[in-house]
Amino acid sequence: MGSLTKKQRKDLTRIIISLIIFTALMIAEHTGLIPHAHSGAPAVIIAYLVPYFLVGYDVIRKCFLGIAHGQWFDECFLMTLATVGAFGCGEFEEAVAVMLFYQIGEFFQSYAVGKSRGAITDLMSIAPDFANREDEDGSVEVIDPDDIEAGDILIIKPGEKIPTDGTVIEGEGLINTAALTGESMPRSVAAGDQVISGCINGENLLRIRADKDYDDSTVMQILEMVENAASKKSKTENFITRFAHYYTPAVVIGAVVLAFLPPLISGDFTGEFSKWLLRACTFLVISCPCALVISVPLAFFGGIGAASKHGVLVKGSNYLEMMANLDTLVSDKTGTLTEGKFRVSRILPAEGASEAEILRYAAAAESGSTHPIGSTIVAACSDPFLPSEISNEVNYAGKGISARVAGADILVGNRGFMEDNCIDLPDTAAAAGTSCFVAKDGAYIGTIIVEDMPKPEAAEAVRAILASGVKKFVMLTGDSESTAKAVADMLGITEYRAGLLPQDKVTIVEELLRDCGNGEDPKRKLGFIGDGINDAPVLSRADAGIAMGSLGSDAAIEAADVVIMDDNLLRIPQVISIARKTIGISKTNIVFALFVKFSCLILGALGIANMWAAVFADVGVAVICILNSMRMIVRKQM
Amino acid sequence: MKKKFKLVDLDCANCAAKMEEAIKKIDGVTDASVSFMTQKMMIEADDAVFDQVVEEAVKCIAKVEPDCKVILK
Repeated sequence: MGSLTKKQRKDLTRIIISLIIFTALMIAEHTGLIPHAHSGAPAVIIAYLVPYFLVGYDVIRKCFLGIAHGQWFDECFLMTLATVGAFGCGEFEEAVAVMLFYQIGEFFQSYAVGKSRGAITDLMSIAPDFANREDEDGSVEVIDPDDIEAGDILIIKPGEKIPTDGTVIEGEGLINTAALTGESMPRSVAAGDQVISGCINGENLLRIRADKDYDDSTVMQILEMVENAASKKSKTENFITRFAHYYTPAVVIGAVVLAFLPPLISGDFTGEFSKWLLRACTFLVISCPCALVISVPLAFFGGIGAASKHGVLVKGSNYLEMMANLDTLVSDKTGTLTEGKFRVSRILPAEGASEAEILRYAAAAESGSTHPIGSTIVAACSDPFLPSEISNEVNYAGKGISARVAGADILVGNRGFMEDNCIDLPDTAAAAGTSCFVAKDGAYIGTIIVEDMPKPEAAEAVRAILASGVKKFVMLTGDSESTAKAVADMLGITEYRAGLLPQDKVTIVEELLRDCGNGEDPKRKLGFIGDGINDAPVLSRADAGIAMGSLGSDAAIEAADVVIMDDNLLRIPQVISIARKTIGISKTNIVFALFVKFSCLILGALGIANMWAAVFADVGVAVICILNSMRMIVRKQM
Repeated sequence: MKKKFKLVDLDCANCAAKMEEAIKKIDGVTDASVSFMTQKMMIEADDAVFDQVVEEAVKCIAKVEPDCKVILK
């Protein structure tokens, strides 16, 4: 336990000394060395008061300060009243034991909370401690990251953190983005590449130009967000705080009733009274609300921490709650489920033509094209014709291109373009992607299919999302019906809407929001996954807006509620699982805390549970809830 | 204006909830939160009265938990 704070160490010493004195007194009393406490011998009373004050003086002090400030029902007041009551009834051992165990519990609570807080701050230890700035005369100066201004030249030595977002001007190497993305594969960078703060430089020296002031850097934005996350409270959290607000006064009133009502009824204010008073004191101990209040936020804090370990930033406890209750997940297609880049996926040659030949002629015809499909075909060709062999290129907008390539007349374009030029085409079913027909000297030679391919992990991610309890997965796209269907089939998505304009997406999400959970269960939520760049209105409209591949994109971080730093769709089922787990833990904590407290209240009223049990009900439960919540952080694999 | 402050020796979760409630009631405060887990307090209030609000908030905190200190930067 080397990581104790000064205050904790002091408290621990006090607890140990008191515990020794108390044990010694108990042994002495039971072996008959000193008279029994009930005898009321002044020396014995004083002997018990020593450990009591030693261990509890700060509680008593806070109690009086609290009364002076008009804060009556705090823990210190309740503990003091309960122990003083126990002394009054002649139960010296109980009084000291209660105070002692209360303090032991408080100590563990503070230790455990400190530990879990530390575990999370470690996760978030992405902030740089310093930066090396190169001045105009070439000398290097170590500065505080706060002093970095956009335009500064910074030197990043091997193993150092990149202090602010910037562009590499010299050097190349691998940088480790794990702290930000949870991705263990290092990323390679060279001069001209953008680098993001918080990444760790590998083996080589990099010189970068700062693009942003430190305050605007990715790291600062993330830290800001994580800190704010704690202030966006979940419903469960609000519930328990409100509950505690009424719980304590109610139990205190119960204690007063318990102390005075039975003696009033029986009219016996002598022997019976102290028995009931002692039971009332037990009530007071149980009435402390901390175990309840701590049980929920700690679980959520752990959940947010666990998610950030996987490169997912959840902007608040409430969003974690929504992720756990997802009913419908709507996703954008291009750039989210697919790569967002066109690729030549297939070449279908006609009789007597080779794939290489088709690609070669098409690439030559398209060589001057700026259309994304044209440039994709050009990029796919590894063996192009020389520019001098290409002439007479004519571009028919929206249809195709004609050109003369190495003595042959080449046409590349869509079906309509081929029909216009009286080229006979084979009847092929509408395939996924975009078909580019190629003709040479008036005869069809083949089709090149250009497609935006699904991400390799997309199918698995959709499966995992549906397996995790999300009922409906809807894909939205601006692409044609046939392209949408092909991608949906490939990924196992049953519901999609194609041919949408950007504004249609908002309308559809609103429609789905109404249908969500069949309108019966308002707890079922809708999530939207997008790339965060052009989906901002939809992201903010959904219950939980999830932005993908957002590392370095300010707009996405701003608009989304859940930010996935890398581009991996599998993070989504992971977050859902973390969220479910978190809700599970927080619910277990609440149920457990309430169950133990209420059992103790009932048993205490009947005189079966004594103050020892009550102390367990208070601090023991808090400690167990803390340990339960820490499972969230400690878990390695999700 | 929105500002964050660090709290030292905030020992009890219920106290944090009480502080938050008290600070939210101060005149001029639009939003406030006290987080037990991060040991931080956030106050959002009108610029004109911000300093007064912070002063009030510090008093509220001292009332709820005498040992808890606010680090004013």
